[in-house]
Amino acid sequence: MSVNYGSKRIVVGAHYGLRDWLSQRITGGLMALFTIVLLAQLIFTRGPIGYDLWAGIFAAQWMKVLTFSVIVALLYHVWVGMRDVWMDYVQPVAIRLVLQIFTIVWLVGCAGWAIQVLWKI
Amino acid sequence: MTELATPPRPRREFRNINAFTDLTTYRLPPAGLVSILHRVSGVLMFLLLPFIIWMFDTSLSSDYSFARFKGAFNVGIGFVPGWFFKLVALALIWAYLHHFIAGLRHLWMDVSHAAVTKEFGHSSAVVTLVLSIALTLVLGAKLFGLY
Repeated sequence: MSVNYGSKRIVVGAHYGLRDWLSQRITGGLMALFTIVLLAQLIFTRGPIGYDLWAGIFAAQWMKVLTFSVIVALLYHVWVGMRDVWMDYVQPVAIRLVLQIFTIVWLVGCAGWAIQVLWKI
Repeated sequence: MTELATPPRPRREFRNINAFTDLTTYRLPPAGLVSILHRVSGVLMFLLLPFIIWMFDTSLSSDYSFARFKGAFNVGIGFVPGWFFKLVALALIWAYLHHFIAGLRHLWMDVSHAAVTKEFGHSSAVVTLVLSIALTLVLGAKLFGLY
């Protein structure tokens, strides 16, 4: 975003369209990659999937790092998506603000919980 | 200005639809259906996020909690029966599959000019719907122990 003041100031919409559009693609791609990596590890195993195997997948440091970045990616991806939903369907500013605050608290809380679980293994 | 030989036919006017009177008769093309379901599945997963992380937590924390995780689906927890857990999981499976496939469709349309046609929009939407529902049925059958 180069000049966004004076006569160049963009006063309509959320005015961060491209940035959020692009970040939703990138975060979505990362989560798709994670899905394939996780599924591959589950499919190419022998025998029943027990606790040791399941926890073993997430015990690897590279998997922890990947899962961590996926949790952060999810946080931003869902924020952009839910904000779009509220912007489309909820017009009163007060209700929209409350829902957006709820979304942020909900997401940050969930992300914190997920990260805590990840580092318990 | 010259007059038109034949007056234009009166066309139906399309305005904002009313959720209560129009939605039941509103006919969406497959691409529109994929689009709204992308939203519905996203919101569903957003609302069920604590359940997803609860599954992540109980299945990973320890041997003991892993058994509790399996027990939730097989016999239930407290007053919530196991089939209810399976049903919620099935809804999540559908939501994830639909969101995943529709998302890949989005990405493909972003990188390919050839994909941004009415025909591809239609055919890829049909593929998305068929694939997501078929995979949901296959995984759902496994979840409920049909095979």
